[in-house]
Amino acid sequence: MLEIKNLHVKLEEEDKEILKGVDLTVEAGKVHAIMGPNGSGKSTLSYVLAGREGYVVTEGSVVMDGHDLLEMEPEERAAAGLFLAFQYPVEIPGVGNMNFLRTAYNAQRKARGEEEISAGDFLKLVREKAKTLKIDSDMLKRPVNVGFSGGEKKRNEILQMAVLEPRMCILDETDSGLDVDAMKLVADGVNALRSPDRGFLVITHYQRLLDHIKPDVVHIMADGRIVKTGGPELALEVEKNGYADILKEVL
Amino acid sequence: MASPVRKDDTRAEMTEARIAALDLPEGGFTAAARRDALARLREMGLPTRRDEYWRFTDPAALNAVDVPGAAVFTDDEPELFGAIGALRIVFVDGVFSSAESDDPALAGVEIQRLAEADEADIHWAKSLYGVLESRGQSPVARPFAALNTAAARDGILIRVTGKVDRPVHVIYRHESDVSDAVLHHCIRVEEGAEFTLIETGPAAARLNSVMEVDVASGGRFHHVRVQGRDHERRAITHVFARVAEGASFKSFTLTFNGQLTRNECVIEIAGDDAVAHVAGAALGDGKTGPFHQDDTVFVTHGAERCESRQVFKKVLKNGAVGVFQGKILVRPGAQKTDGYQISQSLLLDGDSQFLAKPELEIYADDVKCSHGSTTGAIDETALFYLRSRGVPKEDAIAMLVMSFLADAIEEIDDERLAAEIVERLEAWLQRRKG
Repeated sequence: MLEIKNLHVKLEEEDKEILKGVDLTVEAGKVHAIMGPNGSGKSTLSYVLAGREGYVVTEGSVVMDGHDLLEMEPEERAAAGLFLAFQYPVEIPGVGNMNFLRTAYNAQRKARGEEEISAGDFLKLVREKAKTLKIDSDMLKRPVNVGFSGGEKKRNEILQMAVLEPRMCILDETDSGLDVDAMKLVADGVNALRSPDRGFLVITHYQRLLDHIKPDVVHIMADGRIVKTGGPELALEVEKNGYADILKEVL
Repeated sequence: MASPVRKDDTRAEMTEARIAALDLPEGGFTAAARRDALARLREMGLPTRRDEYWRFTDPAALNAVDVPGAAVFTDDEPELFGAIGALRIVFVDGVFSSAESDDPALAGVEIQRLAEADEADIHWAKSLYGVLESRGQSPVARPFAALNTAAARDGILIRVTGKVDRPVHVIYRHESDVSDAVLHHCIRVEEGAEFTLIETGPAAARLNSVMEVDVASGGRFHHVRVQGRDHERRAITHVFARVAEGASFKSFTLTFNGQLTRNECVIEIAGDDAVAHVAGAALGDGKTGPFHQDDTVFVTHGAERCESRQVFKKVLKNGAVGVFQGKILVRPGAQKTDGYQISQSLLLDGDSQFLAKPELEIYADDVKCSHGSTTGAIDETALFYLRSRGVPKEDAIAMLVMSFLADAIEEIDDERLAAEIVERLEAWLQRRKG
């Protein structure tokens, strides 16, 4: 479903290569986890996949369901089914959460040539999704992420994911800033969205999130490359021994 | 060889030439105020770019004897606030239109035209006409306001005695390319009375308007103004307000387009526990001609436990220029003052410009005053966030512009008015995509 081949990326502002040949394939129905020390390029990979400006792809390709992602605008990638849950969801004062979500939902439908949905029908849809994620409907009325706690912000990301129903979900350090209870709530939301035709790429520094979102495949990223790939046991190894041993072994 | 001309001679000559070209009415109850205003104008002289108060805005087009022309813009949008059932008063190029105006009969309000009322020697507005304007001439000269008091032939006089639900809506149409409108309004909100005044429209090729508002104890005055979409119009407006004990004054102005707009607002908080808010949103796009918009505000705290708020936001692109000059003056003894001032601009490209001069002058020791001024571009992270959810770039920018303007729009108390203003803002942003 998502195929990354030999991806090289540098910063636009300075001549510094961040990704140095990433190869990764995520199949539908699978959860892939990327772990790695700080500065290994995990977040850069997620931004480049979602189309953030400021990066230059110097080599390689990214194909999702036959689309050449790198040729597409961020909004086109979203309409094609890509979703990035942000590490730091952005606060947008003065824009209602509901209004924002409906605009996004209808923009995606429009881009796919589907009919837009009415405000009333949309409200019903969101309320239903919010209920299953245990999101207070009050949160929907507030401006996007403004005054939300860390947990609320992440749950809001998962709500957006649930409403937009993407094919490919990327979670960038979704566990950062969350206590155990909040993390469990978010993980439950993600697990509820697991399905045979949806792929996940879960980026995390710590193993603990993977206790709740069980990965099928675990990759270790270091210095801009995937340096080791294995099963869930690889995450446990990191938890037990840290990254140093693995890095010593592969570099 | 000509003898060197001193700077002030030029100013005096320019001022005399402008006065000579005015058709000054003698006035009835306003006669003395008009004479005094003319004397003030002569003493101050018209402004020039060299004056500190006009450093950011060139007054040449406002000084000019001959009206600089402004093509009439055909507005394709339906009339603003047409559905709220306001009492309508229409001026076309500064001339009252009885055919288009409603019968000015409204319970709890006396409404009269200045032109008619000024035939009499005695009128309630005698204690207001030119009075607040004159008080507002110190410490900063406002020559165009004095010119207005001397020269205005029409305007509306409103005295509010009750709590009035139905707003009065003054509609200004612009139909002549060379119209030069001078309008002077006086509003007295009596003790405990409540009133909403709406002003909309481009008014004239060149507009000079003064509104004097006196809010008595416990009174509430709400003002919402939309300065229309004409690209070439020019305007200098002054609002002079005096706010008494426990009273509330709130004014919001939306400026779309227009090649020159200077809105001065001078507020005197005269009674304890009073509230005065003045806010504005301006949107300018230099693509359809020059855009220069200036908010100049002076709030004087002269009583205890009063609150003032200034919230100004400007969205500028393609060489548009925004100006903010705002001052809070806290007089000795005005303890427990809560003064707040924020001016912000959102520059949608590198060609546009925001010039700001925020000032505080405080002579009391137990006060809370803050001011801030910022200039910025669209937040790239927020833009990426919205786009990553599927919102196309231009729509995402419009969404972030609305987010930027939200604090100013929040200053509109009436939700119906706020909702229509949001619609017009969104429509403007849609038209100005890219």
